[in-house]
Amino acid sequence: MADTAAVPEVRQLDSIIVRFAGDSGDGMQLTGDRFTNASAVFGNDLSTLPEFPAEIRAPQGTLAGVSAFQVQVSDHDITTPGDAPNVLIAMNPAALKKELHRLEPGGTIIVNEDAFEDRNLAKAGYDETPLEDGSLDAYTMFKVPMTSLTKEVCKDIGVKPRDAERSKNFFALGLVSWLYTRPVEPTLDWIKAKFGRQELVAAANTAAFNAGHAFGETAEYFDVTYEVRPAKLQPGVYTNINGNTALSWGLIAAGQLAKLPIFLGSYPITPASDILHELSKHKNFGVRTLQAEDEIAAVGSALGAAYGGHLGITATSGPGIALKGETIGLAVSLELPLIVIDIQRGGPSTGLPTKTEASDLLMAMYGRHGESPIPIVAAYTASQCFHAAIEAARIALKYRTPVMLLSDGYLANGTEPWRLPDVESLDEIDVQFATATNAVDAEGNAVFHPYVRDPETLARPWAIPGTPELMHRIGGIEKEDGTGNISYDPENHQRMTDLRAAKIAGIANDIPPTMMAGDVDDADLLVLGWGSTWGSITSGMKRARAEGNKVAHAHLTHINPFPADLGDVLARYPRVIVPEMNMGQLSKLVRAEFLVDATAVTKVKGQPFTAAEIHEAILENIDD
Amino acid sequence: MTDIVVPETTKADWTSDQEPRWCPGCGDYSILTALQMMMPDLGLRREDTVFISGIGCAARFPYYMNTYGIHSIHGRSPAIATGLAMARPDLNIFVIGGDGDMLSIGGNHLIHSLRRNVNLTILLFNNQIYGLTKGQYSPTSEIGKITKSTPIGSLDEPFNPVSVALGAEASFVARTHDMDRAHMQEMMRRAFEHQGSSLVEVFQNCNVFNDGAFAAITKKANRDEMLIPLRQGEQIRFGADNEHGVVFGADGRATVVDVADVDESQILVHDESRRDASLAFALSRLSSGPYEPTPVGIFRAVDRPEYAAEASKQLAFAQEQSGPADLRALLHSHQTWEV
Repeated sequence: MADTAAVPEVRQLDSIIVRFAGDSGDGMQLTGDRFTNASAVFGNDLSTLPEFPAEIRAPQGTLAGVSAFQVQVSDHDITTPGDAPNVLIAMNPAALKKELHRLEPGGTIIVNEDAFEDRNLAKAGYDETPLEDGSLDAYTMFKVPMTSLTKEVCKDIGVKPRDAERSKNFFALGLVSWLYTRPVEPTLDWIKAKFGRQELVAAANTAAFNAGHAFGETAEYFDVTYEVRPAKLQPGVYTNINGNTALSWGLIAAGQLAKLPIFLGSYPITPASDILHELSKHKNFGVRTLQAEDEIAAVGSALGAAYGGHLGITATSGPGIALKGETIGLAVSLELPLIVIDIQRGGPSTGLPTKTEASDLLMAMYGRHGESPIPIVAAYTASQCFHAAIEAARIALKYRTPVMLLSDGYLANGTEPWRLPDVESLDEIDVQFATATNAVDAEGNAVFHPYVRDPETLARPWAIPGTPELMHRIGGIEKEDGTGNISYDPENHQRMTDLRAAKIAGIANDIPPTMMAGDVDDADLLVLGWGSTWGSITSGMKRARAEGNKVAHAHLTHINPFPADLGDVLARYPRVIVPEMNMGQLSKLVRAEFLVDATAVTKVKGQPFTAAEIHEAILENIDD
Repeated sequence: MTDIVVPETTKADWTSDQEPRWCPGCGDYSILTALQMMMPDLGLRREDTVFISGIGCAARFPYYMNTYGIHSIHGRSPAIATGLAMARPDLNIFVIGGDGDMLSIGGNHLIHSLRRNVNLTILLFNNQIYGLTKGQYSPTSEIGKITKSTPIGSLDEPFNPVSVALGAEASFVARTHDMDRAHMQEMMRRAFEHQGSSLVEVFQNCNVFNDGAFAAITKKANRDEMLIPLRQGEQIRFGADNEHGVVFGADGRATVVDVADVDESQILVHDESRRDASLAFALSRLSSGPYEPTPVGIFRAVDRPEYAAEASKQLAFAQEQSGPADLRALLHSHQTWEV
């Protein structure tokens, strides 16, 4: 057949943005993931944005049940999943209705024509089919009967029609793979590996994928295909990774670098559960995991393990942090190392469990009773979650303090290619347990005082049970400086409060200076960011600078304490804007700390900033 | 368990330099003394021993033991101890708390540590009152209790801690009281030797806010008639001349009878090792408060896989399956490509 088809023109593009959308049960996340993977192996740079409803199976065919996956594939270095998709694959009317507004003007729509029947149209709220009423004339539309073509091709291999229908996402994937000249082997290999044992399923998915690919090639329907050449990435070995996996691997690496066993206490919560899943897979690294009875037990067990000499970790999202607050306060008082991970999501309360937001910063900073400062480390890209986890561990272990590690739903589930670090290049984390007495009592006996501090770090000794002669009792009641005995003395409480604050403040001398980019020396505007806004700010600033604007970007990886040079950085520029996926939390902190007139640029829509939004904010605020 | 000889210790070795700060006459003193006197018999090293508590009068306990210890936060001691026990199965961990700490704010952690069967020796000092906050009713207070927070009487049905523990699948459950040192020590020793979670309810007198709560059953003069000793392999009988006994009725209830009124073979023979907890539960229901004949002793002691040991086995299994830790291999474990 192929020899009879006209050969379509191949058009070179520097990047494409594809959005797959369908019902929750249509396998859109998997389809997007496979398209991404094929592109990664092909050598493109890429960035992804999965978006799915909180319900596992919302009523079929409804707007509430639409699940989408956006990916930007590029021949150059990119930092976001793109603003407006160039092409939308809509597997049913609801997907078209819900996602169409995102599509670029004049963009391409590929629909599964079979799904546009009366019942589905009604569920999506269409009175008549939008495929025929002219409402989509401004777009390039391809109507493909994906369900029936999939059923047809599966009939020959003995798959029942109802089962065959489930493979229609692979038909779509085959078609889009052809349209964008993606390599097919990675997908076919993956199907074989994934479904190898279920022969019929593997056969149906393979047949559907091949049929989709062949449809593009032979249907004389598409007169152009596209190609995005491999990106010129730094040489190295790459893997495609999402934030939660990178973060989990970073925790495992931290355990190896510190030569400590890992203990994770966690309670299932979206979007943090994958950290529990991932760490549970790697018990051969000496990782112990406990699915605790609740969030409080999760952090409590991690603190208990830390007392026993393990790297204690708990992972959760905002609602879980709220519950853990009292125990984090205990960890502040006990001065034991502990990593508390908050994969932020939309709030308050249950909020938007599957949507991203970065509105827990002030809770991380102040969400405990009493004066209880803790360091805050914030990850800024999916792959960088690996290094952020190691950094959180380094600070926790060195300063014997709970550390809050902030990520969010966007970083957690979004993927990007990651140039794998050389394991040998990672710095070891030096951890010394106390082994000897450190004081003398009134009778001249050598004794152990648990709150005698290292003069440089102000950290106290970590004496773990099993160590002879160092038996000691610690607790949440205020302790006497040095001995650690219970003390209600007013002067002592002031001193201990000051010491705990000074210990955390001193970390500023042990972290890198503020990460800077752009027109560092002569910018008219500084964009101050933290967390996952890094990608959008980088892209948005690039556009503004390409137009001749002088813009600098400062990005915070450490929020408590701030880098030592941050005050000077902020004072250097006439204007400062702070884009945040909250209502202005970092901007409040820097205004309070540095008396700087920082303008918050806020967004809480469950989605990351687009580059266009950052670009616009820069133009609005820059002093002409 | 180990070939290395543990040096002999005395009560003084287990006593810290901190002066206990309970009210004079508090039942906690007799429990502390009983435990400090018993510790040398267990053959442990002090440095391998940890006491963990929550908040409340009982929770001050760790400060007085010359071991490792954490005085943590209200209700959370079983959770903190669970993490420590999983991380360090080599340690001997005691968890101390009161009825408010363990059954109210920490009820969730208590039941889950019991069902998991983590190797913890949990001592629950039950005084049926909140002492440290100066006298509010507790989850074990009798209905109608007049306190500062319930001036017209409390409305809540109380928990029976032994019933709660049995319902939570506890593998070892015992009850004792602060007026009988030898019995306390026997229960604590058996609880410690048990592999898994063990819970000992200790009736403890709060002489300031709930004085004499247990006097009706624990006063020397009343014990024969009001305490039902549970002894392994023996008939469950009590009274000055063992004239009372416990029978199991057709309705599934255990009942106190006069032995003279029944065929003696009907009197229950106590077996703490029964796998099924129904009979132990029935025994726990014999008394609904310290004003009727109440069983003391070991209700249940059965072998069940210990949680931390099972978790350690999974680590060994994973190492067997996947080989030792190899960070480079982990980073390369997904599809990779070279540029």
